[in-house]
Amino acid sequence: MDFTDTPEEAAYREKARAWLIANAPKQGLKPGRDHDGSDLAEARAWQTKKAAAGYAQITWPKEWGGPGGTPIQSVIYAQEEAKFAVNSGYFLIGLGMCIPTVMAFADEETKKRFVGPALRGEEIWCQLFSEPSGGSDAAAARTRAVRDGDEWVINGQKIWTSGAHLSDYGILLARTDIDVPKHKGMTMFWIDMRSPGVEIRPIHQMSGASGFNEVFFTDMRIKDSQRLGPVGDGWKVAIVTLMNERLSVGDIRGLDPAQFLRLAREVTIGGESAARNHAFREKIADWYVQFEGLKHTRMRTITSLSRGQTPGPENSIGKVVAANVAQEMAREAMEMLDQFGIINDPSLAPLAAGFQNQVLATPGNRIAGGTDEIMRNIIAERVLGLPGDVRLDKDVAFKDIPSWR
Amino acid sequence: MNFDFSDEQKQLKNEARRFLQRECGPERVRAILDHPEKAYDKELWTAAAAQGWLGAAIPEQHGGLGLGRLELCALAEELGRALAPIPFGSTIYFLAEAILLAGSETQRAKYLPKIAAGELIGALASSEGPGEPTVASLQASVVGGKLTGAKLPVTDGDIANLAVVLAKENGQPGLFLVHLEGPGVSRKSLQTLDPSRDVAQLTFAGAAAEPLGGAGEGFELLQQILDRAAVLFAFEQVGGADRCLEMSKDYALSRYAFGRPIGSYQAIKHKLADMFIKNELARSNAYYGAWALNAGAPELPTAAAAARVAACDAYWYASKENIQTHGGIGFTWEVDCQLYYRRCRQLALVAGAPRAWKERLVSQLERRNVA
Ligand SMILES: Cc1cc2nc3c(=O)[nH]c(=O)nc-3n(C[C@H](O)[C@H](O)[C@H](O)COP(=O)(O)OP(=O)(O)OC[C@H]3O[C@@H](n4cnc5c(N)ncnc54)[C@H](O)[C@@H]3O)c2cc1C
Repeated sequence: MDFTDTPEEAAYREKARAWLIANAPKQGLKPGRDHDGSDLAEARAWQTKKAAAGYAQITWPKEWGGPGGTPIQSVIYAQEEAKFAVNSGYFLIGLGMCIPTVMAFADEETKKRFVGPALRGEEIWCQLFSEPSGGSDAAAARTRAVRDGDEWVINGQKIWTSGAHLSDYGILLARTDIDVPKHKGMTMFWIDMRSPGVEIRPIHQMSGASGFNEVFFTDMRIKDSQRLGPVGDGWKVAIVTLMNERLSVGDIRGLDPAQFLRLAREVTIGGESAARNHAFREKIADWYVQFEGLKHTRMRTITSLSRGQTPGPENSIGKVVAANVAQEMAREAMEMLDQFGIINDPSLAPLAAGFQNQVLATPGNRIAGGTDEIMRNIIAERVLGLPGDVRLDKDVAFKDIPSWR
Repeated sequence: MNFDFSDEQKQLKNEARRFLQRECGPERVRAILDHPEKAYDKELWTAAAAQGWLGAAIPEQHGGLGLGRLELCALAEELGRALAPIPFGSTIYFLAEAILLAGSETQRAKYLPKIAAGELIGALASSEGPGEPTVASLQASVVGGKLTGAKLPVTDGDIANLAVVLAKENGQPGLFLVHLEGPGVSRKSLQTLDPSRDVAQLTFAGAAAEPLGGAGEGFELLQQILDRAAVLFAFEQVGGADRCLEMSKDYALSRYAFGRPIGSYQAIKHKLADMFIKNELARSNAYYGAWALNAGAPELPTAAAAARVAACDAYWYASKENIQTHGGIGFTWEVDCQLYYRRCRQLALVAGAPRAWKERLVSQLERRNVA
């Protein structure tokens, strides 16, 4: 067990840091989940630079434009990059989920066409899985793909598609057979978001931003060569996408307990600094322990990856813990300010209303990418081996499954 | 960077687990629990010494194996998992660590080989009443090398040969080594929540006390000893909490209600998922603490506090929800759930309550924040 850099790691960190100092803007871009597009041009420029220098997708092999680095190097780079005001958020879904799926299932020509531009930030991808009929139950997808010679005709609707309005391409999970049980009747495709028959309508989120969208398909025609994996195997392909989502080692975004403590120092409660208040102090300790626990848990995963082992189940806890701690911490920060806490005008509220914004953003974190409840189901079933839920839809033809009532 | 035990350490851990499965089943724990006159499992203590566990982190020149603290952490996890009813923490995490930290060369040479050989049981005597001991509250005092005062509760106080005692001398707090078999010492067993471990009141009336570390350093040294012990106890706690999760899982898979295994109900599944989450957070914090302890890193105070807070929380949740998962049978004397629940309470208090550690953690963060 060693939490310090080896000489090689220290050298890599030094090199990365020097590169960042020379190349990264120190101010301006702010990382965030709300893809409002306002900083897209800068974000693209940054991604291009990173890719050229070998700091984008560090673990990707050389043949795909990565530097062929180690998981530890990618952690080291992420730790260093986090100290700079840069935003790679627009490319996360593409590089973390869609492109790995394309790499696993597309033909050589398609891979050659898409991997490079995505890596350099030239093209943005989105993930078209969730539908009004189901997000947790993504296998309930109703968007139809009907074969017509060498083409497929797509009709239906996706929803909650992050970044669809900014995306060039997307991966689409569609229903190709309604006469078989639901997991067997789906097929995956990649699509051009600018094809005729695609309509994208931004959804106004409760946080005020419009990061996700409804996407409507009306007789959109795509080529059979856009299929990823065999017909009817869409669910297996989707699992690969989702596995990559869980493997992608993201940072915990948002404010941390140290920032809460800093804020507490500036606030007075009952004649003394809020930082002296025992109720807050106890909570700070609890949050800190959870954040630290997650940080080290993630490093345990990296250790197994770098030893060539399949990471253990540790990493599945990350999202549930991070989202809930972030939400509670933001609430407490508001309450620490007493009446003033309700103000989220960034010119008045401390930390440019960071905690107030976090109150509004965190409900989404608890839902996106698997709800708290689904994540607990996953831990219980895949990690602990407890039985799956009683299913009423398993051996029933898709067309006969009950939906809304 | 590397965030796991090495293969050798894992092997040591596996061997310890197999050994304890054989030598320290629940019946051995119950033999102590059900017999108040038995303070600890002597046979197991002798066996632990024979395995080299007592001397694992004691330098070779002092009769130990000279392994690192990481090996000790690996062993601690297994001892915690097995609820080993032996004075391992008192002797190794408290006494041996205190001597390694503050002992003179003479003290090291005199005591460490005996500890490694299993010939010397230790104890830490700091508490005198409700609440954390403070400079103001400290009553025990040493005059002319003689200790007067009372300490309670002292874990393993009935069976210890040598205690680390917090007392004042010339108004200054210090640590002292006191032979408990000498004149001027009386002991009385105390009834506690976890009778599988021994706890006593020690009363000193002019007992010989030799200083451990410098005059006036009592509280600083005590805190440093507790930092070390907190990490090691955290591993015991993680071991116990993981065992609770396993018990719950096994039971949830075999017990049926309403025609289904109870483990197929989400209320139970999510409870167990939460146990898993807390246990993993505790384990990761304990690993970080282990590294800081082993490396003698300046991060130890923060890392130890985080390890302790996370471990206390995880063990409490796992041990209480383990009972809940078992239903009525979980509330019986016969079923082992209670053993973990009791031990969880013992471990959460023996090195200071989590509340104080949370305070310490935040103080450390403030210091770092200012810096
Ligand atoms: C900010 C944000 C970004 C998103 N981005 C994308 C994207 O880019 N692409 C995409 O495809 N999707 C995206 N989603 C959709 C997201 O994956 C779904 O919202 C999520 O999976 C939940 O699905 P749902 O909204 O249909 O809710 P439902 O599945 O209907 O869930 C409603 C409630 O029921 C609970 N529930 C459902 N099933 C179970 C069960 N089996 N056991 C216990 N409880 C259950 C849920 O936990 C939840 O509390 C995004 C969502 C958000 C909030």
